[in-house]
Amino acid sequence: MSESLSQIFIGTLLANNFVLAMFLGLCPFLGVSARLNTALPMGAATTFVMLVASLCAFGLNWLVTTFHLEFLRLISYIVIIASAVQLVEMVLKKYSPALFRALGIYLPLITTNCAVLGVALFQTAREYSFTQSLTFAAAGGAGFTLALLLMAGLRERLNLASVPNVVQGTALSLMLAGLLSLGFMGFAGLGAGE
Amino acid sequence: MIPGQKQLTNMEELLEGIWKQNPVFVMVLGMCPVLAVSVSAMNAISMGLATTFVLVGSTLLVSLLRSVIPKEVRIATYIVIIATFVTVVDYLIQAISLAVYDALGAFIQLIVVNCIILGRAEAHASKNPPLRSVLNALGMGAGFTLGLFALGAVREILGAGKLFGVALFGPDFQPWVVMVLPPGGFFVLGSWLLLFNWLNSRKTDAAQAKPVEGHAHV
Amino acid sequence: MTEATLQPATPSAAMIRTLGLVATVCGVLIVTAYEGTLDAVNANKKLALERAVFKVIPGAAKVDEYFATPAGIQPAATGTPEGGVKFYAAYDQAGTLKGIAAEGAGKGYADTVRILYAYDPARQVVTGFGVVAMRETPGIGDKIYTDPAFLKNFEALDVKLSADLKSLANAVKVVKHGSKQNAWEIDAIAGATVTSKAVGRGINDSAQKLLPLLVPNLEKLNAAPQSRVSAFPPIAKGGEGGFEAAPTPSSTQNPPQPPFTKGGSDLASPRQEASS
Repeated sequence: MSESLSQIFIGTLLANNFVLAMFLGLCPFLGVSARLNTALPMGAATTFVMLVASLCAFGLNWLVTTFHLEFLRLISYIVIIASAVQLVEMVLKKYSPALFRALGIYLPLITTNCAVLGVALFQTAREYSFTQSLTFAAAGGAGFTLALLLMAGLRERLNLASVPNVVQGTALSLMLAGLLSLGFMGFAGLGAGE
Repeated sequence: MIPGQKQLTNMEELLEGIWKQNPVFVMVLGMCPVLAVSVSAMNAISMGLATTFVLVGSTLLVSLLRSVIPKEVRIATYIVIIATFVTVVDYLIQAISLAVYDALGAFIQLIVVNCIILGRAEAHASKNPPLRSVLNALGMGAGFTLGLFALGAVREILGAGKLFGVALFGPDFQPWVVMVLPPGGFFVLGSWLLLFNWLNSRKTDAAQAKPVEGHAHV
Repeated sequence: MTEATLQPATPSAAMIRTLGLVATVCGVLIVTAYEGTLDAVNANKKLALERAVFKVIPGAAKVDEYFATPAGIQPAATGTPEGGVKFYAAYDQAGTLKGIAAEGAGKGYADTVRILYAYDPARQVVTGFGVVAMRETPGIGDKIYTDPAFLKNFEALDVKLSADLKSLANAVKVVKHGSKQNAWEIDAIAGATVTSKAVGRGINDSAQKLLPLLVPNLEKLNAAPQSRVSAFPPIAKGGEGGFEAAPTPSSTQNPPQPPFTKGGSDLASPRQEASS
């Protein structure tokens, strides 16, 4: 299928937003979205890992398909993502300690972020080409960051509001996410084009 | 096991995940598949069973190998073991029913990154003998399935007027479509959590009304 | 590395040994599961494909899978040719060609809508379609397979080729509800125009590619169905259209290839949950 790059980008960023429409990466979305200043580094780190994972997955998929070892695809994806995260962590530690301190605590969490594995699996299932895959990963990460930022902004505001005890915590976050998701449904059809 | 905590009986171990530490309603873990596939009761149960299978299989293997796995590479080992069982369940579902396989889509493979499973392997199976680990995993799996079903049933009834594909309300029913769309997932899970919060707060209130127990709690 | 100095507890040899052990156990498990389920999975896929094709081509009794290439047509079992377009030839009990089915895809409202449409070579028309996968809004987008007026468009949708056989004489076009005038136009559903257009575009894109390659070679399909109707046991090359697990390892590897798995598994049914 030949979706144009802009279609993929807009579609994945808004209409099929990873968090709000596809339900990928909900754990960090609910866990790390309490404050704006942690949401941005988390989003950036995830986007970066997604791009790396997408790159690796593209190569691996080629390898696995060429040698007819499809049953090893999943296991090789997850191993490569885990290793990529470790590698990124080590490289950052050595060459950019400042960035490492900013992202450090989030990096290990990203291994079990289903949005990252989701990028790898969906790009394979949709048979995206190399550039399409990278666009997809970038849009997925940007969409994740966008959702995280929106949520964090809302939650910081809500800290100042008086909320009944019963509603506090995850229940409130989920209701907020539902409203955001409802809003994002309005973007459906953007990617349809003529 | 936390030192000082009293040893649970096997039965309590099993019930732990179903009620006290229900992964969906209490721990709120592994939400991605919960929200994504719970558009119908049938999907929810299939997903729950698949996750339970992976959970039991991987905790058994982790528990058996717990003494030989060096702690430096334990996470990598767990992930490989979990991915193995997910691959197995992926093929099993394809063999049993392609309709279910299509309905669950990529979320079967995404079981790998379900935090419940890695969490159980790390927090429980790596420290307990096989029988207890499997019991705990079974309980967790059952609790997860139960949570999924609670969500899937509500969404299917409200969003499509059906349960397990059987129409409940006759032709005049106007389905509340948003419930089977993504926002509905958030709303229904949020409502369930609200209900649990409310029940808990009532219990705490009642306990606080009696001064002795109130002290014990706080 | 700091890690090594901080945690000298386990020697590398032990780590490698354990990882090797775990990898072996896991490898055995995966291969056992794969081998054990292969037959059932393939049988399921074949069944699902047949069910989907029979639904759009009534009266068909068997399906063969082919690729149409600029060099002619070839059975899918011989491998995926460069630039080939996949299609399914459906035969009735007696082995005569009942119709051709092929997949098309168009961008819908929420996501891509994937369909399987039936082509009648004798009349050069599309005679029906089924939904393979879609995520359109329930209650709106699913009208494309429930709305009788919309389905009427596909009783005989004109897709005949132009004189030079290079493209369709008239591109399939989705027009505004109630303004259909020609046999190659599709009357959109009011309120579900985007999804209707996805169907039309899916058929048009696929037919523009497939039919110019297919039509000049139709004779071969009529004359030589790789049919099981004949008493000959199928030769490994093409006999079963690639669906049965052939005994040779090289061909058992075929099924899970991405294009194949996707087409095969997606064909199972028009996404249940979308309509329910």
